[in-house]
Amino acid sequence: MDSFFRSEEMCLVQLFFQTESAHNCINELGHLGLVQFKDLNPGTVAFQRRFVKEVKKCEEMERILRFLENEVVKSNIPIPADFTSETIPVPRDVLDLESRFDKLEQELKEINSNRDTLRQNFTQLMEINHLLQMTDDFFEEVAIRLFVAGVIKHERFPAFEKILWRLFHGNFVLRHAEIKPHEEENMDPVKKDVFVVFVQGDQIRGKIRKLCDGFHASMYPCPNNAYARKEMRTNVNTRIEDLRLVLKRTEEFRETTLTAAAANLQEWASKVKKMKAIYYTLNLCNIDITQKLIVAEIWCPVSDLNSVHTALIHGSEQSGSSLSPVVNRIQTQQTPPTFNRVTSFTSGFQSIIDAYGVGNYQEINPAPYTMVTFPFLFAVMFGDCGHGLVMTLLALWLILHQEHFRKLKNELIDMLVDGRYIIFLMGLFSIYTGLIYNDCFSKSFNVFGSSWSVRPMFHPHGPWTNDTLHDSGHLHLDPLVSGVYSGNPYPFGVDPIWNIASNKLSFLNSYKMKMSVIMGVAHMLFGVTLSLVNYINLKDVALQFIPEVIFMLSLFGYLIFLILYKWCVVMKSESAPSILLLFINMMLFDYSSEGTVLYRTQKPVQIFLVVVAVLMVPWLLFAKPLLLYRKHKQLKFLSLLFCLSLFFGVKKAFVSLQVSMADIFVYQGIHTIEYCLGCISNTASYLRLWALSLAHAELSEVLWKMVLQVALRVTSGMGSVLLAVTFAAFAVLTVTILLVMEGLSAFLHALRLHWVEFQNKFYKGSGYKFTPLSFDRMRDMQ
Amino acid sequence: MAFSIPMVIVTLFWGFVGGVVPWFIPKGPNRGVVITMLVLTAVCCYLFWLIAILSQLNPLFGPALSNDTIWYLQFHWR
Repeated sequence: MDSFFRSEEMCLVQLFFQTESAHNCINELGHLGLVQFKDLNPGTVAFQRRFVKEVKKCEEMERILRFLENEVVKSNIPIPADFTSETIPVPRDVLDLESRFDKLEQELKEINSNRDTLRQNFTQLMEINHLLQMTDDFFEEVAIRLFVAGVIKHERFPAFEKILWRLFHGNFVLRHAEIKPHEEENMDPVKKDVFVVFVQGDQIRGKIRKLCDGFHASMYPCPNNAYARKEMRTNVNTRIEDLRLVLKRTEEFRETTLTAAAANLQEWASKVKKMKAIYYTLNLCNIDITQKLIVAEIWCPVSDLNSVHTALIHGSEQSGSSLSPVVNRIQTQQTPPTFNRVTSFTSGFQSIIDAYGVGNYQEINPAPYTMVTFPFLFAVMFGDCGHGLVMTLLALWLILHQEHFRKLKNELIDMLVDGRYIIFLMGLFSIYTGLIYNDCFSKSFNVFGSSWSVRPMFHPHGPWTNDTLHDSGHLHLDPLVSGVYSGNPYPFGVDPIWNIASNKLSFLNSYKMKMSVIMGVAHMLFGVTLSLVNYINLKDVALQFIPEVIFMLSLFGYLIFLILYKWCVVMKSESAPSILLLFINMMLFDYSSEGTVLYRTQKPVQIFLVVVAVLMVPWLLFAKPLLLYRKHKQLKFLSLLFCLSLFFGVKKAFVSLQVSMADIFVYQGIHTIEYCLGCISNTASYLRLWALSLAHAELSEVLWKMVLQVALRVTSGMGSVLLAVTFAAFAVLTVTILLVMEGLSAFLHALRLHWVEFQNKFYKGSGYKFTPLSFDRMRDMQ
Repeated sequence: MAFSIPMVIVTLFWGFVGGVVPWFIPKGPNRGVVITMLVLTAVCCYLFWLIAILSQLNPLFGPALSNDTIWYLQFHWR
């Protein structure tokens, strides 16, 4: 499908429709999700727009809905999740809904405040009850007439007592007891104490009352003699029973109201959202003087024009208007938005490309190539088939249960679910690169038999005897002794003997570094080749593409050739020149040191290549600007000939032409420097493929050696228990360090390689994204 | 001889994946994307395998093993 390789062709369309059918038409377009409305009133401020009142009303309704939802959730009433009504919101619905919401809000607020007052009364009555119950013995004990009785919070009581002592120096008698709550009184989880202070004088009583106020202790009138107290108790008990009943009724009423509201909550919410979106869109349109016609300008993909037209006709039919809307495509110089049609599989990759920069209109889209190269470069850095397998299984779980995960509405999990196909491909490629690196939880597989054998190193074939083994701790196998190296490399991947060798890193480093450079140059060449597609005419190809390719190939292509040559040709280890030194000497034209040739005609070939590369730089720098300059001089001459009458126009044209020439030279200079220096620095940047895969392999080996192997070597009977515990630690560390941390790190670096090293060869990325009015997208986003 | 067998097999395999399977992808909106993915996968994976095998073709030095390992390999490996 062409559209994924390049953004789609868009057209600017003018729509004319009647005011009555406006809501229905915009509703249909919203369901279609394929048009983006342009702002036809760019100068106006938000509160000057025509439908600003209606938008405010919708926002007020959303606020009430949020309040309702909170109340419903607080009372643990389930909200039925499914609703499929696709009713079209019309203007009179707005008023209807508005009045309903206001009424509901009032009702609920009233119920809530009533309930709170009732609860307060209830608590007070309960406290009086407790007070009366517990103070019986106090009154028996102390026969003083004046007293203050009340209830205070338990943790404040010690401070209260201390201040009483300080103020009155023991001129009082204090009795207190803790209230032990019964089961059904869970209204007040705060622990409270009942206290009675007996005093001699009235003034002291007044002071104590003030003190109680200060400590927020509630005081209650308590009768002196036992009989009055008993009467009061029966009184209080009846009141408590009544109140309990009233409270129960209030709660029931509240619950019925809320359940009735909850049933419709989803539907109302979606309706209000749609209304708000429609009014917001109407604000962007132009309404003509007669108030009968609405003019809108939309960006829409050319291939979808028919569906847009059908949707509009459908909308206007529903509203019962007689005239069908007019669709008028207009030509324009403005840059259209960039639209890449994505499926659920490709949307993850497109979004990571767009995160760096949305492509220019109809520029080549790097996403289809990124779908393979990104997981592949990740896998080169991750490179462990055991971890890759775990990652693939995790991604498979995400893919199969994505509905369940989306319901959790957690941001981190949402991000993981959005990238489930990316993670799946990353895992699959990691299994492959893990098999080639021969690394599975830091152990190697020996499927085909190693190419290295130890026996030929011993007498009579080779230099070792049994004494050699006793003398030294480590010995090198020598490939020059016949039979040690079988002559055929391990058929699939890295030979398993390197896993048990102590100089494993010497081999692996050289291999991985060269591999990174080869991969890097290949990736960059691919990027430069893609830039070919962006050029429209042949001249640009000659001016820019050919010198770029020749520059890269003559220097870095030659480097690749040297690497491959050194690998494929047999040579002695002492006489093998270092490729790095060869390359540096080539650039410096230094052929003085001996033994620096890999092949006979090396010197003339290298000189030729460096000269060619250096010649490419002025070609890149000057060819295009000079050609443009000549073209402009011709244009200037022509315009001079025929615009003599338009005196001012010519002057302006001259100035703009001269300014743009300087611009072009500067731009081309920047581009040349960026490209040439970038070739070198970007190639070196690809060495991170080596660095991260080394880090991953080493971390994985540490986990094996220091965690799991320790438990596996235990010989006593408790070893099995220790192994179970250690394996748990091993698993947790593997997942957190190697999968999560290293996975994120490799993801980031692979992404950087794409964004910078790959895309700066061909991608401009300065467009703006197509954001259509789409009710589905709004619903997914909430 | 034993080098050319894996060479031929792997080259044929990735050549099949990248060169033959694309012709059999059914026409549909995703055909271009699927073909791109197949070709790129074949190229990347083949290149990666090729680098691994070429780097071991003519080794300049051999592995350094501890004497326990040498003792074990002497008796247990061919």
